[in-house]
Amino acid sequence: MNILAIETATEVLSLALGTGARVHETTLAAGARQAELILGEIDALLRRAGLGVRNLDAIAFGAGPGSFTGLRIACGVAQGIAAARVLPVLAVGTLEALAEASGVKRAIACLDARMGEVYHAAFERRDGTLHEIIPAGLDRPDALPLPPGEGWTGCGPGFAAHRAALVARLGARLEAVRAEVLPTAAAVLRLAAPRLAAGEGSDPERAVPVYLRERVALKTAER
Amino acid sequence: MLVLGIETSCDETGVALYDSARGLLAHEVHSQAALHAEYGGVVPELASRDHIRRTLPLVRRVLARAGARLDELDAVAYTEGPGLAGALLVGASIASGIAYGLGVPALGVHHLEGHLLSPLLSRTPPAFPFVALLVSGGHTQLMEVAGVGRYRLLGETLDDAAGEAFDKTAQVLGLGYPGGPALAQLADRGRRGRHRLPRPMIASGDLEFSFSGLKTAVLTLVRSAVLDEGTKADVAAEFQEAVVDVLVAKCRAALASTGHRRLVIAGGVGANRRLRERLDAAAATGGFEVFYPELALCTDNGAMIALAGALRLQASAPRDYAFTVRPRWDLAALPAAG
Repeated sequence: MNILAIETATEVLSLALGTGARVHETTLAAGARQAELILGEIDALLRRAGLGVRNLDAIAFGAGPGSFTGLRIACGVAQGIAAARVLPVLAVGTLEALAEASGVKRAIACLDARMGEVYHAAFERRDGTLHEIIPAGLDRPDALPLPPGEGWTGCGPGFAAHRAALVARLGARLEAVRAEVLPTAAAVLRLAAPRLAAGEGSDPERAVPVYLRERVALKTAER
Repeated sequence: MLVLGIETSCDETGVALYDSARGLLAHEVHSQAALHAEYGGVVPELASRDHIRRTLPLVRRVLARAGARLDELDAVAYTEGPGLAGALLVGASIASGIAYGLGVPALGVHHLEGHLLSPLLSRTPPAFPFVALLVSGGHTQLMEVAGVGRYRLLGETLDDAAGEAFDKTAQVLGLGYPGGPALAQLADRGRRGRHRLPRPMIASGDLEFSFSGLKTAVLTLVRSAVLDEGTKADVAAEFQEAVVDVLVAKCRAALASTGHRRLVIAGGVGANRRLRERLDAAAATGGFEVFYPELALCTDNGAMIALAGALRLQASAPRDYAFTVRPRWDLAALPAAG
């Protein structure tokens, strides 16, 4: 099964192609150039593996939370290619991909959500599988829901943006901080492969981003 | 050449299928007006979120209505700009993804070029050259059009667009948002000239417009009057007449200065009944012809994008799938096709 995975929730353009036998990857610090680069890089990745877009069997993408624009670029491109090739699409949570990418046993995945808040979730790895301990949420660092027990590693750029507040909030629960870990397409691919094999992919139009921040403007009556 | 067109520049998701031999095969528009109404204006982030939910289902519907399949497409055209960056990116991503998946060209189209060329989809299309008035909630421009991509800006609004002035004045009269069409309806029941409003820049001697002062004049008028339903209708009628007076006068001046005898009206305000009435009357006595897009194609739509894409692709096809959007993009800077 040839699976393309796309992750653009941060400023990195991360692509992975799983061919069953092996995984090919592309990682670029694309910044604001994700739209301009993404399809050319997908094509180059497929060529490196000796494949073309016609050989794809499924597409997975990091569905958020994360940069709103980044999520929609990944989603739009995934929807478009999948519609054209009649492929199933699987939306994978960006925080879960971040926890998977970290490789640690107990991960608090955290992305900077701006406006003094973070996107966060907690996962525990048991028998090689990630289990969700705290579901994805949006909170101020000093109001982060606390995971049970100890031995947690703070992962992701949310810990770079709000390190002091998060460390203070988590106290003895926190064992280490790895702010440099990012959600990667390779992690999206590892999470997606068994789900796609189990038939969890959907029609492309049903695969949409997950923003968490729903309040993006004030209604006239609220002003 | 079978072209899919996708328009997501603002608060309407438009998708259409155009065939260069058979014409427009199907088109669908989803308006987000209700979504933005309680915010009193378009919220860009909410617009983007709605576009990504609507675009692909609209593509499916258009294909079904035309009895066509995606793999029959020869190209995919999308609005590259001007417009809201995030909203444009949704259409650009999906369109480019489809095109790459099919191995056909993806083409970014200028939104205003789409509007400008949309009368070519009508049963009696205009021949080049012509003068075009682009008049909508976002734009008020007079262009000289010599051919596809051969555009010269003659004049434009210095502040609010005409459609924007309709919406803002509608808000002053308590008609909600977007109240432009409601204001035009109310104007039909009112008496013109009962209150007097200025005709901004009507004698400026150039082809520029200004509409922000008109809204302020309405505000002043409304403050000094008892605003019963009759008065509201009278103010609406006078406001509409003031805008129409200016638009008609500038169109005549543009035709006189270029020597052209064909006038094309494009954009949402082009659907305004009073404007059409007055332009038809001016054409009958002024020795020129006036062309309008079909009513359904006056507002933002995918058909005009598919058409403009098809006309451009006949001239030259893009080589790769790098897509960008241009939130600000000067129409006169476009290269000529062919």
